[in-house]
Amino acid sequence: MQKRLVLDQQQIGIILRRFCHQLIENHDNFENTVLLGLQPRGSILLDQLAPVLEEISGIKVPFGYLDATFHRDDFRRRDFPLKANETKIDFLVEGKKVILVDDVLYKGRSVRAAMDAMIAFGRPQKVELMVLVDRKLTRDYPIMPDYFGIRVNTLDSQYVLVEWANQGQEQDAVWITEKVKS
Amino acid sequence: MSQLSTRHLLGIKDLTPEDINLILDTAANFKEVINRPIKKVPSLRDITIANVFFENSTRTRLSFELAEKRLSADVINFSSSNSSVKKGETLVDTVNNILSMKVDMVVMRHSSPGAPHFLSKNVKANIVNAGDGTHEHPTQALLDSFSIREKLGDLAGKKVAIIGDILHSRVALSNIFCLQKMGAEVMVCGPITLLPKHIESLGVKVELDVKKALQWCDVANVLRIQLERQQIKYFPSLREYSLYYGVNKKMLDELDKEIVIMHPGPINRGVELSSDVADSEHSIILEQVQNGVAVRMAVLYLLAGAKN
Repeated sequence: MQKRLVLDQQQIGIILRRFCHQLIENHDNFENTVLLGLQPRGSILLDQLAPVLEEISGIKVPFGYLDATFHRDDFRRRDFPLKANETKIDFLVEGKKVILVDDVLYKGRSVRAAMDAMIAFGRPQKVELMVLVDRKLTRDYPIMPDYFGIRVNTLDSQYVLVEWANQGQEQDAVWITEKVKS
Repeated sequence: MSQLSTRHLLGIKDLTPEDINLILDTAANFKEVINRPIKKVPSLRDITIANVFFENSTRTRLSFELAEKRLSADVINFSSSNSSVKKGETLVDTVNNILSMKVDMVVMRHSSPGAPHFLSKNVKANIVNAGDGTHEHPTQALLDSFSIREKLGDLAGKKVAIIGDILHSRVALSNIFCLQKMGAEVMVCGPITLLPKHIESLGVKVELDVKKALQWCDVANVLRIQLERQQIKYFPSLREYSLYYGVNKKMLDELDKEIVIMHPGPINRGVELSSDVADSEHSIILEQVQNGVAVRMAVLYLLAGAKN
């Protein structure tokens, strides 16, 4: 199977630090800002980002994990329903600036579902989207990231794979692979 | 594994341990949902569910209805007391008439054991058994297992005593199947007249002394005396039943450990359970009721998600 490395550990590290500086630039002292990782993989990215943000800004920004499985638009349309993950948000987003964090932005459908799920926790003042990988020209919905690590050109037959060392992989890395045909 | 092995929930007997785990895991997600400020998700918004109750029910029907509404399903309710069943219509005809109004799922309670199984073979919709006579009450067993798992962390190796009217109890039978599939040990305890013959062939321990049962178990699931199902006298009086089989605070204080008290409701206070136990910190009875909605949401969600 063809597998092309898009980002290595060092590059991902640089991107995470860049994200933090961009967030500091836009959110100042994070007085009214919260971070939400989209389950399951956005939360892994957020877990990497949160300590770096605290280190650079000196501020502990509240964060949580949001699962949008029950809000997806493909329920009853796929062969197998997706298994839900835990939603863990111990604050309301009412009046907050919310930054949604995900690893890969592809069709935009997960983000739409996530925004739907998020509203169950209140009406945010503003919502931004941060993704590690933005797949160009593949969107089904009019959704664009406010912060992205890298923008890549991919085909529908390809898959963007994000690996993390703390999830048992050799190193943090982003690959483009061919989808396995079932 | 994210799909059930069945397209109906007729009884726990038909489920695999993987099915049960999937339902309980999904129920944990739904429990978080129903504790949000907005307690509703849109998953089942294109589904219509009929609650068809040929037998009285308050909490199960309300719990199902709330679960359906929290999932954004359209709901219609039917009870036999004011229906054409009284005019001689057959079960299949009644349900097919409801289904012809584009109903996708049927939640049914019926006094005849096997009625939902019969229905599942004769109509197209997904069938959920909400209690069939003295046979099974699968969602009650699932919510009981969910509540035990939530309280004690795991079901495997736990000892559960089911105390009371085992003979007439569909809750007891479904619980026995469910707990055993999840690796728990089960004991039944009650007057000999209210224990079914050969119950030990299901692999359960049998105990006639309620104090010994309480000493043995980690969890006591106390059942209601179902007077409405009893055609003959199985014990001399409620007072005598209460004296010999009623669980009270003094009994729990005499144990050298803490046990969890459960009851599927409605409680006959002062008969099978004294008020000070029902309202004590040992009791998770109201937690069971809340968990019931989450578990039923999980069942409906997973059945609706299966591609027909």
